Amino acid sequence: MAQNTPLNTEKPTRNIYQFGEASEIALATKNLHVFYGNNEALSEGDLQFERYKITSLIGASGSGKSTFLRSLNRMNDNVATVKGEIMYRGLDINSRAVDVYEMRRHIGMVFQRPNPFAKSIRDNITFALKQRGMKDKEQLDAIVESSLRQAALWDQVKDDLGKSALALSGGQQQRLVIARAIAMKPDILLLDEPASALDPISTSQIEDTLLELKEKYTIIIVTHNMQQAARISDYTAFFHMGKVLEYDETRKIFTRPKVAITNDYISGNFG
Amino acid sequence: MQAKTVNKIATGVLYIIAGLVILILAALLGYILVNGVPHLSWHFLTAPSRAFQAGGGIGIQLFNSFYLLILTMLISFPIALGAGIYLNEYAKKNWFTTMIRTAIEILSSLPSVVVGLFGFLLIVVKLNFGFSILSGAIALTLFNLPLLTRSVEGSLNSISNLQREAGSALGLSKWETVLHVILPAALPSIVTGVVLSAGRVFGEAAALIYTAGQSAPALDFGDWNPFNMASPLNPLRPAETLAVHIWKINSEGIMPDAAAVSAGASAVLVIAVLLFNILARWLGKVIFKRLTAAR
Repeated sequence: MAQNTPLNTEKPTRNIYQFGEASEIALATKNLHVFYGNNEALSEGDLQFERYKITSLIGASGSGKSTFLRSLNRMNDNVATVKGEIMYRGLDINSRAVDVYEMRRHIGMVFQRPNPFAKSIRDNITFALKQRGMKDKEQLDAIVESSLRQAALWDQVKDDLGKSALALSGGQQQRLVIARAIAMKPDILLLDEPASALDPISTSQIEDTLLELKEKYTIIIVTHNMQQAARISDYTAFFHMGKVLEYDETRKIFTRPKVAITNDYISGNFG
Repeated sequence: MQAKTVNKIATGVLYIIAGLVILILAALLGYILVNGVPHLSWHFLTAPSRAFQAGGGIGIQLFNSFYLLILTMLISFPIALGAGIYLNEYAKKNWFTTMIRTAIEILSSLPSVVVGLFGFLLIVVKLNFGFSILSGAIALTLFNLPLLTRSVEGSLNSISNLQREAGSALGLSKWETVLHVILPAALPSIVTGVVLSAGRVFGEAAALIYTAGQSAPALDFGDWNPFNMASPLNPLRPAETLAVHIWKINSEGIMPDAAAVSAGASAVLVIAVLLFNILARWLGKVIFKRLTAAR
């Protein structure tokens, strides 16, 4: 992050911060605390996420991993109090002065349950782009095709892009949602258990998709599925009772965990 | 007793209760339709009513009912939509919104005759709108607004929060999400609510007796300038509606065929409300299909 200008230390001159250059560390949190009312759900989150890597967040239910993930693009704004810094391209995006709408186009999110809009497949992808003023039909069509291809859905839907997205299967819907997220050309893709509501075949398709997306995006994924974390991620963070107990290369976490609880969790002794 | 036996008895009792409800409804409807339908004719549906002789129709009253309904909906729907969106999408849970919700609750249980008398004092007398379609429409708005607001709120509430999250995750503002994602998805249910409330408004009498008036002056259906007194579109003319007409004939009608006119008018009213209900279901289904199925 050496070349970046730390804009957050200065007073903002405009309402919308300017993001600095991208660096090897795509996203970093400092001293992150999340409160639901007076209950602290997450008390420690000093993590750095490397660019073009997949990082898995694992841990038992209620360990704070989803809370952490949702704080990263401010989806917790209305439900929780998030303190601390989230550094993205030299900016603290947890600052109130940051334009969250603009920020979320850089840091996209995919949720546990597929949530396509009740619109056609094409409109699902183009809608947000159109809202941001993109009107050129050829350009939009190109983005529809490229993002559906990246999400490995193009071949199945290319002939009925006008069809309602709700008519797709769950796995297809989830890949459409991923396509919709990458159509915004984000830097970072946050995924909150994206495959937990899907069957094994759809799950493995989603995993393949993520491994391909890694070339262009930084991916942070919450998963309950140990094998999934081991299969696809480069780094793994283990959350336990609101704290990050261990954060290392996935290989190391799964072969030689340093903390006993981590070992217990990944070998299925609790959680 | 065994769980199985208890279950059987409970099921049986529930069947009997449900059957009873249907039976009462069917008897009522059957009575009105059997008595009324034989009097229906094109002449009856289009001719003006007569005060003293036999052979009068309900043409003007029927037109008044529809015109009043449209006017009421034009006033109440935008307000209900705005209030419903605010309550469901924007309102935080605090004393102010609790107060609004309580007020809506109270307003919706207000007897319609009270709404009518309030409308008479405020709109007809104080604001000097006179007995008119406009006064009636405002009174009906007061009567309709709480129920319509809650119906809109309920429609929006039934849209999954996943859709709202999807919108914000794409960097759409709350308003963009509400306008382009939530509202279209809630549209079938909103339309159903509007049409159902239209049926309720169409059959309302008590709120109109003192606001829209009990007289139906002759209309010139060739004159569509809303500023002319004889124009059907004039919102400031007194306008007896179908429901008020039925009430009036039965309380002080002196035409020789009063019973027949009343029966016929009742049948028309019931059929209209039934049509509204069928239309509501059909329209909701069609829109839902358009939104979800293959296009």
